[in-house]
Amino acid sequence: MTLARLIEFLRDHLKVVVRVCLVALALLVLFDAVPAIVDKEHAHTWAEHVPGFWALFGFAGCVLLFVLSKAFGHFGVTTREDYYDE
Amino acid sequence: MILIVGSLLLPVVPSRLKKGYLLLVPLLTFLQTISMANGVFGQVQFLDWTLVFGRVDKLSAVFGYIMSLMCVIGSLYGMHVKEDAQHGAAWIYVAGSLGAIFAGDLLTLFVFWELMAFSSVFLIWFRRQPESLAAGFRYLLVHVAGGVSLLAGIVLHCKATGSWAFVGFDVHHPTMATYLILIGFILNAAVPPLHGWLPDAYPAGTFNGSVFLSAFTTKTAVYALCRGFAGMELLVVLGVVMSLYGVVYAVIENDMRRLFAYHIVSQVGYMVTGVGLGTELAINGACAHAFAHILYKGLLFMGGGAVLHMTGQTKFTELGGLYKKMPWTFLFTLIGGLSISAFPLLSGFVSKSMIVQAGFDHHVLWAAFLLNLASIGTFYCNGLKAPYLVWFGRSHCKPETWKRAAEPPWNMLAAMGFTSFMCVFIGCYTPFLYNMLPYAVDYHPYTSYHVSESLQILLFTALAFFLLVKLGKLVPHTGLNIDLDWIYRMGGRAFLWAARKPIQLADTFVGELYRLAGLIPLMFSARASGKFDNKVIDGAVDGLAETVRGIGSRLRFVQRGQMQENLAFAFAVAAALIVIFLFAYNAFAQ
Repeated sequence: MTLARLIEFLRDHLKVVVRVCLVALALLVLFDAVPAIVDKEHAHTWAEHVPGFWALFGFAGCVLLFVLSKAFGHFGVTTREDYYDE
Repeated sequence: MILIVGSLLLPVVPSRLKKGYLLLVPLLTFLQTISMANGVFGQVQFLDWTLVFGRVDKLSAVFGYIMSLMCVIGSLYGMHVKEDAQHGAAWIYVAGSLGAIFAGDLLTLFVFWELMAFSSVFLIWFRRQPESLAAGFRYLLVHVAGGVSLLAGIVLHCKATGSWAFVGFDVHHPTMATYLILIGFILNAAVPPLHGWLPDAYPAGTFNGSVFLSAFTTKTAVYALCRGFAGMELLVVLGVVMSLYGVVYAVIENDMRRLFAYHIVSQVGYMVTGVGLGTELAINGACAHAFAHILYKGLLFMGGGAVLHMTGQTKFTELGGLYKKMPWTFLFTLIGGLSISAFPLLSGFVSKSMIVQAGFDHHVLWAAFLLNLASIGTFYCNGLKAPYLVWFGRSHCKPETWKRAAEPPWNMLAAMGFTSFMCVFIGCYTPFLYNMLPYAVDYHPYTSYHVSESLQILLFTALAFFLLVKLGKLVPHTGLNIDLDWIYRMGGRAFLWAARKPIQLADTFVGELYRLAGLIPLMFSARASGKFDNKVIDGAVDGLAETVRGIGSRLRFVQRGQMQENLAFAFAVAAALIVIFLFAYNAFAQ
């Protein structure tokens, strides 16, 4: 059960974990802006040359998918569980 | 072949040796599959046709490899299941899949195609729940309908070309036959709008049966599409729609295994797009992704199956906080979830990106961007939502569920562990997979740009996810999401209603009509003919008899019993007749 204890440990220090993650995210966008680290020679469109374009794409895409899917569900697709029961 | 014989012998193997036997047969199959040399063999003369049972080339070999490997993993995972028939059904299902992959002609392909449908349905029925029985019947009916379309297409195709050979079809000038075959293939690949059977049936299967189901049917169809329909542009559109469609439904899904099932639809969408693009890189991508997909999707279904097996629940509204009870299952499922999301160093990263790259290279930018959008949803559902709601989050477990929950038996953990290893291995050591692909690979996934792109997309998706959690938006809700299986589920009900109401009404109407228009005149005519019989016919017969009797009684006076007199009378009559005859004859002759 050492794995469970490791998870417990990370949960106990959640604040530190969150901070480390946020720093990592910031570094990721920062690196993306430095041509010496991330070579954008193979980018296909102009938008991809914008630093952090894919970060924005990921964040906005996730929110968009969530909102659209929920709206789609509320539109009548999601219904009661016994819908098909006689 | 080994699998079919093996499954038939299963009931006679002593129970002490059964576990070894359950591993031996798939292992032998795997060894035989990877040792097959390229070429064509197993040609059988049947009626006027030559059937080809074994066509081994790079395309069929890579699919054969992963299918038989998955059979080993799946058998290990379900090794403790006591019921022989379950193993037998699974093996025959795999045998059907391998047979279809190595089939060199369309007729053989069709036979194995149907073998798959008819054996896999038992993996659903063996769960023995009422809803599994119904879902199994629906599954079977849909697949039989697809099979009929496939067979019709094959027959038309053969009539037009005079050949049964299974090679690439003319995708730029498709005929009726091509479309019918395509419908048969894309139904098995679960391409919308023909996908409703998959999220309906797979979550209804047994905990280990669904592991098999998730791997074979759709990927055999991907193989068939690669072989027959490479470069058909329609498939690009269908594939992209499919990849997003699965994601949208997975986001609002409450059942863990159904969420994974919707992501089969989504992931097969990538492969179908690859087939539609049809370039060497795209076909390589489709095969590589199928290979990686079988492993990580099997892993996800193993994780979901373990939760079902150990807690009896699969709904997020009945689970939560299980990391204390099942940490290893969590870890392995997470590896599956990260692999499907194409995290660097895992299998999806090296396979999925080939298809996206092929889209960019082919200048189908909209497809490439939309596939990237779908991969956001993939990570959101498989890598974040499912693990979070099952192993973390607020526990919705009932006390008895919590008490039951524990790590699964060693063989299930071993199967998951091995598959996790394979996901990492493929992701780290790319030549292993790339050397197996049909075309030579000139693609490097680990460029700084690609890694940066993927990490940004994925990690910022995670950021958005945790913000949604923080805002309290990620609370599971009970509910059922209506999908296109509605058409035949409600259609079936409409048919029953029609059978009960209008058709019965029509039956009554026809019965009444028959009574009024048929029976009453019939009775009348019967009565009339009775009267006619009584009066006319009887009268005539009676009258005739009366007349004969009258003549007889008159004649009686002539016959007085003396022979000579009688004879004289008879001769006289005869002579008179002859004379009359002669006169008549002469009269006519003149």
